Amino acid sequence: MSIPLLPVLPEIALLTAACVILIADLFIPERRRHWSYWMTQAALAVTAWIVVVTVQVDVVKAFNGMVVDDNLADLLKFCALIAVSLMLFYGRAYLSARGLFRGELFVLVLFALLGMMVMISAAHFLTLYLGLELLSLSLYALVALQKESRAPSEAAMKYFVLGALASGMLLYGISMIYGATGTLELDRVAEAALGGRGNTKLLLFGLVFVVSGLAFKLGVVPYHMWIPDVYDGAPTPITLLVGTAPKLAAFAITLRVLAGALTSLEYDWQGMLIVLSVLSMVLGNIIAIAQTSIKRMLAYSTIANMGYMLMGFLAGDRNGFSAAMFFTVAYVLTSVASFGMVLLLSRAGFEGDRIDDFKGLNQRSPWWAFIMLLVMFSLAGIPPTVGFYAKFTVIEAAVNQNFVWLAVIAVLTSLVGAFYYLRIVKLMYFDDPVDDAPIVAPGDARALLSANGLALLVLGILPQPLMGLCALALTQSHF
Amino acid sequence: MSYLSLAIWIPIVAGLATLVVSRDRDASAARWIALAGALAGFLVTIPLYTHFDTTTSALQFVERREWIPRFDIYYFLGVDGISVLFILLNSFITLLVVWAGWEVIQVRVAQYMAAFLIMSGLINGVFAAQDALLFYVYFEAMLIPMYLIIGVWGGPNRVYAALKFFLYTLLGSLLMLVALIYLYNATQSFALQDWYQVPLAMVPQTLLFVAFFMAFSVKVPMWPVHTWLPDAHVEAPTGGSVVLAAITLKIGAYGFVRFILPIVPDASHRLAPFIITLSLIAVVYIGFVALVQSDMKKLIAYSSISHMGFVTLGFFLFSQLGVEGGLLQMISHGFVSAAMFLCVGVLYDRVHSREISAYGGVVNTMPKFAAFMMLFAMANSGLPGTSGFVGEFLVILATVKVNFWLGFLAAITLILGAAYTLWMYKRVIFGPVANPHVAALTDVNRREFWLLATVAVAVLAMGVYPKPFVDVMHVSVQDLLAHVAKSKL
Repeated sequence: MSIPLLPVLPEIALLTAACVILIADLFIPERRRHWSYWMTQAALAVTAWIVVVTVQVDVVKAFNGMVVDDNLADLLKFCALIAVSLMLFYGRAYLSARGLFRGELFVLVLFALLGMMVMISAAHFLTLYLGLELLSLSLYALVALQKESRAPSEAAMKYFVLGALASGMLLYGISMIYGATGTLELDRVAEAALGGRGNTKLLLFGLVFVVSGLAFKLGVVPYHMWIPDVYDGAPTPITLLVGTAPKLAAFAITLRVLAGALTSLEYDWQGMLIVLSVLSMVLGNIIAIAQTSIKRMLAYSTIANMGYMLMGFLAGDRNGFSAAMFFTVAYVLTSVASFGMVLLLSRAGFEGDRIDDFKGLNQRSPWWAFIMLLVMFSLAGIPPTVGFYAKFTVIEAAVNQNFVWLAVIAVLTSLVGAFYYLRIVKLMYFDDPVDDAPIVAPGDARALLSANGLALLVLGILPQPLMGLCALALTQSHF
Repeated sequence: MSYLSLAIWIPIVAGLATLVVSRDRDASAARWIALAGALAGFLVTIPLYTHFDTTTSALQFVERREWIPRFDIYYFLGVDGISVLFILLNSFITLLVVWAGWEVIQVRVAQYMAAFLIMSGLINGVFAAQDALLFYVYFEAMLIPMYLIIGVWGGPNRVYAALKFFLYTLLGSLLMLVALIYLYNATQSFALQDWYQVPLAMVPQTLLFVAFFMAFSVKVPMWPVHTWLPDAHVEAPTGGSVVLAAITLKIGAYGFVRFILPIVPDASHRLAPFIITLSLIAVVYIGFVALVQSDMKKLIAYSSISHMGFVTLGFFLFSQLGVEGGLLQMISHGFVSAAMFLCVGVLYDRVHSREISAYGGVVNTMPKFAAFMMLFAMANSGLPGTSGFVGEFLVILATVKVNFWLGFLAAITLILGAAYTLWMYKRVIFGPVANPHVAALTDVNRREFWLLATVAVAVLAMGVYPKPFVDVMHVSVQDLLAHVAKSKL
């Protein structure tokens, strides 16, 4: 019996590339380090290409139901690849200036990405856990990569301890689900739970732990404590990595576990998600106001945004899931650009991560001020940026399921959110610059960041392509 | 492309071109491109009037394209007798604003002009949109340029004013977004025409009324959510004040006739006494508040709130006279408030003070200017023969028909309006020359002269012969009232 490799071809390609780069980097002299960098970019490009050419309409399961390849997976993997590639482009100058432009970084980034891709394709609790750990362990190491300074080590320590706790909870929950249903394959779990076989009480207990584990990975209140510290302490490109692509993977596993395996417990997880969602929207937005570091502010903004995302999720139908997916993709696109802007302002010996560093940006460079303006309004959800449609779709999903009160909370908290996003705009446009250093960045990063920022506007004027793609990916998917 | 699309996109494209083409060192290019864009934007709106069919209330100049099929959202433009005049008004005011900022604005000229042009296109979109989400997108996007205009080119307290303006209006419009989505779920459509037909029970109608009311009453602004307006007006540059008073306030009132009355008629009828009370408070109380202002811009800001109280009062009387009077008042106030702010701008550019006490005896040094301001002050107090009279008179007539004492209260504004406007005029213009600044004033230059003359012609024309304006809106208002009279329960 031959094993079909096509569904996992992107993962195989990426793993091979990571191993090749790991070894090749040993023989590349220090001043030629950009070779490894370009090999990494090439690996990402090739993998993205494979993802695109292997797109098929059918849902394919492989390895005895361990992994699944569907359009949902293809789209999310493609987005994750783009996000990681952009992170390397934007972060290159920053990493070089701080001695982090090293082979380990590239390999760890690739392994983290591999972990995400495995999570996205997981059709079995073990595959899911495997991907999650691969991602988490790579990220712990990446956060701590800057050995000589204290903050990253501290952040990595916190991340590791809390992350291990969350993994433990997830695993514990999985074990109870196994106890209740006798299987770890997501489809079989769904069958068993739907058929009323298995111990419902045990299943519910398992659900609580699984939801906690997932909530930790998404970073929603009250499992959010790691986010501000890790975002703030990690080197900015790593913050970008932690804050963007893994959200796509977390979305995928949440979808496959809650909407797929545990769909019969919808009523129960819906209640839990409501609590998580409301707490995140309220706390995330309110605490963000008090921040003076832009990375910390964006951390709380992430928490709030994941709260909005869950709002689409808890609607519990395909309409809601596609809204949540559109939200996640739009959020990742915006978030990448926001950290890209922080990286653009940074230079050797200057982090550019205080909110005040954005003062007078319009006078220093009208173009970058405009891009940051788009990013901020997109995060605030003001049209004509893609962030508006992201919020619009999830609110629509909630209202559609008669959660009007939730929609009202969402819009009121986003009013609070508008306050701190507007403050950045205010600093850029209304204040005088405190720092007159020219903004230097490699040409490719500038071009991509400009394109990234403009994409927020273009998708804000014509959202249908991405919205339709998300809806299509969900109808052609397996969960 | 229809004329409406052109009216929306020509200013926006011209605004972007201004940004791209000119750097700050070369401001004259920015000015000329902006002027060309504003002029072209105004010219394409003229056919909207000349080709307008006044015998029907159906939508005209319709353009409908698929935009977001996922939610059945269309790029759906069209105007009827109610909205068409505001597109003309807005394009006209934009032309004035570009002209008014010609040499006054010296910092970041390109960005200034671009902000106004883009905002002008978006506002035309607000008035032309027949799809609720399209309306919402224009309605919200408009906040961004206005926020920047107040914050970048405004006065000393501009940051506070800009933020207050933005958050106040955002609060209202976000609640409206929920209402829009609710209606979408009820009808599976975002087309306003479908919403006019959908039956709604009283409770949803009331909640929808509240949500829409939050959005539009802040924009109008009605008492007691008016407090952002004096701040925004005072801090904004002259052009910003002009657009705020002349156009954005009208969007709030327009929302009442476009959304609230036809979509939730029963709630509107039931809550009409509430709106009428708030309107009368605005008319009378805010009139008194205007009386004691020492800052000219603040005074005109309060006078705007008082005048807009007339508009909402007229709408909720549900009579032909009242609604037409309200709409005429909106257009007239567009001209008059723009003119008043331009006048204050002329003085401010010379003396750099908005305090009434900083002036006195201006007529001795600026006779031409004094004559213009006299006309506008008269129009602001509602003198017959000026545009200010027509709308107020119709609304007062309509109010008296409903209840004499309500009409009496509303009519007080004619006295109050005259009192605060003319008293300010007297203190600023007449008397002996107050100080060396006033003695050193030079009269209006050619640009300012023609600017004020253009508005003066509009104010007089509308005051003497309002028929063309009434003709355009007559049938649409008639059908609107017939629709509102039917219960949707």
